[in-house]
Amino acid sequence: MSISVKDASIFYGDFKAVEDVTMSIKPKSVTAFIGPSGCGKSTFLRTLNRMHEVIPGAYVEGKISIAGQDIYGSGVDPVAVRRKVGMVFQRPNPFPTMSIYDNVLAGNRLNSKRIKKAEADEIVEDALRGANLWNEVKDRLGKPGMGLSGGQQQRLCIARAIAVQPEVLLMDEPCSALDPISTAAIEDLIHELKSDYTIVIVTHNMQQAARVSDETGFFNLKAAGQPGHLVEFNPTKQMFTNPDNPDTEAYISGRFG
Amino acid sequence: MTDIDLSAQETELSHATLPRGAQWLVAIAAAALGGLSLVLGAGIVGAVAVGGLAFVLGYPLWALLVENRRSATDKLVTGLVWTAFGVAVIPLIWLIYMVVARGTAAISPEFLTYSMRSVTGDEQGGLYHALMGTLIVTGIAALISIPIGIMTAIYLIEYGKGSRLAKAITFLVDVMTGIPSIVAGLFAFALFTLVVGPGTRFGFGGGVALSLLMIPTVVRSTEEMLKLVPDDLREAAYALGVPKWRTITKMVLPTAVGGIVTGVVLSISRVIGETAPLLVASGFNPNMNTNALEDSPMMTVPVFIYTQLSEATAKGVEYAWGGALVLFVLVMALNLIARIVGTIFAPKTGR
Amino acid sequence: MVAVRDEAVGEAADGSVAGAAVGISGRGSVGDIVFRGFAVAAAALILVALAAVFIFLGIEGIPGFDVDEQHYAGQGSFLGLVVPLLFATMYAAVLALIIAVPFSVAIALFISHYAPRRIAVPVAYVIDLLAAVPSVVFGLWGAVALGPYLVPAHGWLAENLAWLPFFDGQPSGNGRTLFTAAIVLAVMILPIITSICREVFAQTPRLHEEAALALGATRWEMVRYAVFPYARSGMVSAVMLGLGRALGETMAIAMIASPKVVVSLFVIGTQNPQTIAAHIAQGYKESTPDRLSVLIATGLVLFAFTFLVNALARWIVARGRAK
Repeated sequence: MSISVKDASIFYGDFKAVEDVTMSIKPKSVTAFIGPSGCGKSTFLRTLNRMHEVIPGAYVEGKISIAGQDIYGSGVDPVAVRRKVGMVFQRPNPFPTMSIYDNVLAGNRLNSKRIKKAEADEIVEDALRGANLWNEVKDRLGKPGMGLSGGQQQRLCIARAIAVQPEVLLMDEPCSALDPISTAAIEDLIHELKSDYTIVIVTHNMQQAARVSDETGFFNLKAAGQPGHLVEFNPTKQMFTNPDNPDTEAYISGRFG
Repeated sequence: MTDIDLSAQETELSHATLPRGAQWLVAIAAAALGGLSLVLGAGIVGAVAVGGLAFVLGYPLWALLVENRRSATDKLVTGLVWTAFGVAVIPLIWLIYMVVARGTAAISPEFLTYSMRSVTGDEQGGLYHALMGTLIVTGIAALISIPIGIMTAIYLIEYGKGSRLAKAITFLVDVMTGIPSIVAGLFAFALFTLVVGPGTRFGFGGGVALSLLMIPTVVRSTEEMLKLVPDDLREAAYALGVPKWRTITKMVLPTAVGGIVTGVVLSISRVIGETAPLLVASGFNPNMNTNALEDSPMMTVPVFIYTQLSEATAKGVEYAWGGALVLFVLVMALNLIARIVGTIFAPKTGR
Repeated sequence: MVAVRDEAVGEAADGSVAGAAVGISGRGSVGDIVFRGFAVAAAALILVALAAVFIFLGIEGIPGFDVDEQHYAGQGSFLGLVVPLLFATMYAAVLALIIAVPFSVAIALFISHYAPRRIAVPVAYVIDLLAAVPSVVFGLWGAVALGPYLVPAHGWLAENLAWLPFFDGQPSGNGRTLFTAAIVLAVMILPIITSICREVFAQTPRLHEEAALALGATRWEMVRYAVFPYARSGMVSAVMLGLGRALGETMAIAMIASPKVVVSLFVIGTQNPQTIAAHIAQGYKESTPDRLSVLIATGLVLFAFTFLVNALARWIVARGRAK
C-alpha cells in the first residue's frame, strides 16, 4: 500500500509546524524520517493516520493519500484510517488493566468484535509470533502486560498493532526508551515485518535509519520557531553516501543536530 | 558554660549540648510535678496540664541555659507541635468513646426494628423508620449524582478540555462545592413547594437536596482519577482504530475504576450524615414511610438524632446516642469499603 | 490497487468482510455522537441545576425581604433580622478559626515535618477520620458531653476574665453556649485546614529545605524560612475554606447554643447570638408561607456570603500560583 503526500502543511491553530511536504512512500518497504529535534518529523508521522487530530486545533493542508484514497477526504472516518494504519509509540504503553493476551486482542475487544475462542487464540499467537514475542510469553499469556521488560512491552505493542491487520505500521522512535539489546531485537523485527507491511519509522538515531530503512527523509527547520520542512527524500544508501543537499551531509556527518 | 565563651565555641564544630536523654529527664521531672499537683488536689486534667506545660517550657528553658536561643526556640516549637497533636486527639477519642459507650447502651433489637409510631413515655421506640429513610434518601441522591457526576467529569477531561463550556462548568462545580448544606435543603424545599404544593416535605426532596451536595464531590474525585490515566494509553487505543467513546468506556474508565468507586463511596459517606438539608427538605416523621414519592415526610437517622435531642428527656438523649452509633457505624463502614475498593483495584504491576 | 488489497484483508481478517469492503470511509460514529451527547448533557445539567437553585430560592425567597413585620422574629424588618444573624454567623466562624488555625497548622507540620513516618501516617488517618464524623454527632457530643464538662470553665472565665467583653456577664449553667459551640466548630473544621496545609507543606521543594539545613538552620528555622514562605498562599486558602465551611455549618450551633437574635460579643451566657443556618434549622417547622420566605431569604444571604468567601479564597490561590 503506497502512501503519497503532496504539498502537506501541518498547523496547530495559527502555528505552522511543518511546511510543504511532498513524498511518495513505497509499499512493503521501510522508510525512515530523520532530523534534529523539533523539526516536525514526529508531527508529520502522526498525520499519516490522523493521530495529530487528538490535539485540538490541529489540521492539515494539502493531500495525503494511502493506496490512492485521500485520507482527509470528506466522509472518511479517522477511526477507520487508524485501523488500516497502525502505530507504535516512543514509550511502550501496554494497557495496564489487561493481560498479555487481552492486550494483543485489544484492537478487536475494544471494538466489541465477537470472536470465537479458537479464532482469538490464533490471532494472539500469530501476532505474538509476528512480533517475535511468542516464545517468551506463551506460558504466561494471562499475566499483566505491565510485568514484561521494556523491550518485551514494546514488542507486545507491536503485536497489538499488527493484530488488527493494518496495511501500514508507523513507528515513532520505537527504540528511544530501550536498551541496546532490546533495540537490536526490534530492528530485527522491523526487517521481518517489512515483507507484510509498509513501515514508516521516525528515529533520532542515524545509524538505526541506515540499518533498517530502504528510503530516508531528512527533515530540518531553518530556525527555531520556523516550520519544519522536508530537505531531502532519497534511497537510504544514496542519502548516507552521496546526499543531494549540503545540509543533509552536514547533519549526517554530525556537524549539527 | 557562660555566655562569654559561646561565641568562641560556636566557630568550632562542637559546643555545649544537653546531656544524652535530657528529654527523658525533663519528662520525668514534669511527670513528678504533675503527680504532685494531683496529690495537692488539682484533678486529673489539671495534673496532665501542669505536667505537659512543665515539659513544653522546661525542656527549651534548659536548652536556653546550656545551649543557645536558637536551639531553645527549636525545642519549644517541637514541644508545641507535639502538644497540639496530643490536644487534638482528645476530642476524637472522647467522642468515639461516648458514641460507642452510650450508643451500645441504647441499642437493642427493638431499637433497631421499631419505629417511633405512637410511642409515649417510657414505651420502647426505635429508629427502624429512620434507618430505612436514610437508605432511601441517600440511595436517591446516589442515583441522581453518580451518573451526572461521572459523565460531567468525562466531559471535562475527555471532551471539553480548554473549551468555554468546560471552564464555565469547572467554575460552577466550584460554586456548588461551596453551597451551605442548609441552602441545598432550602432549594429542594422551594422547588417542590412550587412544583408540588406549599410545605411539601418528602423523601425525594431530601434526595434532590443531597444530590446537590454530592455531585460536585463526585465530579471532583472522578476528574482527578481520569487525569491519572496517561494520554499514552488513549493514543494507543486511538491508533488501534478504536472510536473515542469505546476508548473511554472500555479503556479509560476500567483503568480508573478503583479511584472512581472510592471517590463515589466517600461522597456517599459524606452526605449520609447530612442533617440540615434533610430537616428542611424531607422533614421528620415518627412513622414508617418507605414511599419517597408520596407527599409525606420521611424520617432519616441524622434528623432522628436531632429531634430526639430536642425532646430534652433522658429517653430522648439515649435514643440520640443510639442513632449516633448507628450513623457512625454506617459512615465508618462506607469509609472502610472505599479503602478496600481502592486496594483491590490498585493498578496491577509486577508479574 | 485498492481492490487487491481489500481482498487480501478480507481473507486474513476475522471473517467480517464488511470491515474490509467499507475501507476507510463512512464508518458510522453514532456511538461517539450519542456518548458525547450524554457527557455534554450531564455537564449542561449542572449549569441548569445551579441556575435552578438561584431561580427557585429567588422565587420563594425574594418576597421574604418585605413581608409583615411580625415574621421577622421580633426584629421589625429584614435588615433588623439579617444583620444580627450575619454578625453571629461570622462571629462564630471567626471564633472557631481562632481556635482551629494554630492547631491545624501545628498538626499539619507534625505530620509533614516533625513526626516519624510510622506515627505520621496513622495520625493523618485519624485526622481524616475526624472529617468523616457527621456534624449531627458532633452536635450531640457538644450538647451532652462537652458542654456540661465546660461549665466550670465558664464560671472561671466569668470570674477572672470579666474585663473582656466576651466573658462579661452571668455564665450559663449548662454549658450550651457559643463558647462550647465554637470549640466544637473548631474541631469540625480542623481536619479540613489540616489536610490542605499538610499537602502544601509536603510540596515544599526538597532543595529549599536542604539549602536551609545546609546553612546550619535548626528544624524550626528551616520551617520558618523555607516551608512557610512557600506555603503561604496555600495556607491562606486552607483557612478560607475552613471559614466557608464554618459559615455554612448548621447543626453544631443549632444543637448546642441556646439562641437569641442579638448582636453581642458575650459568648458564655444563656442567650447566644444566633447564626443564619441555625436560625433556619430552628424555624423550619413554621408553616406560614411568609415566615418560610423570610427563612429562605436569609438562606440566600448566607449563600451569597459564603460564595464571596470562597471566591476570595480562589482568587488568593490563583494569585499565589501566578507568582
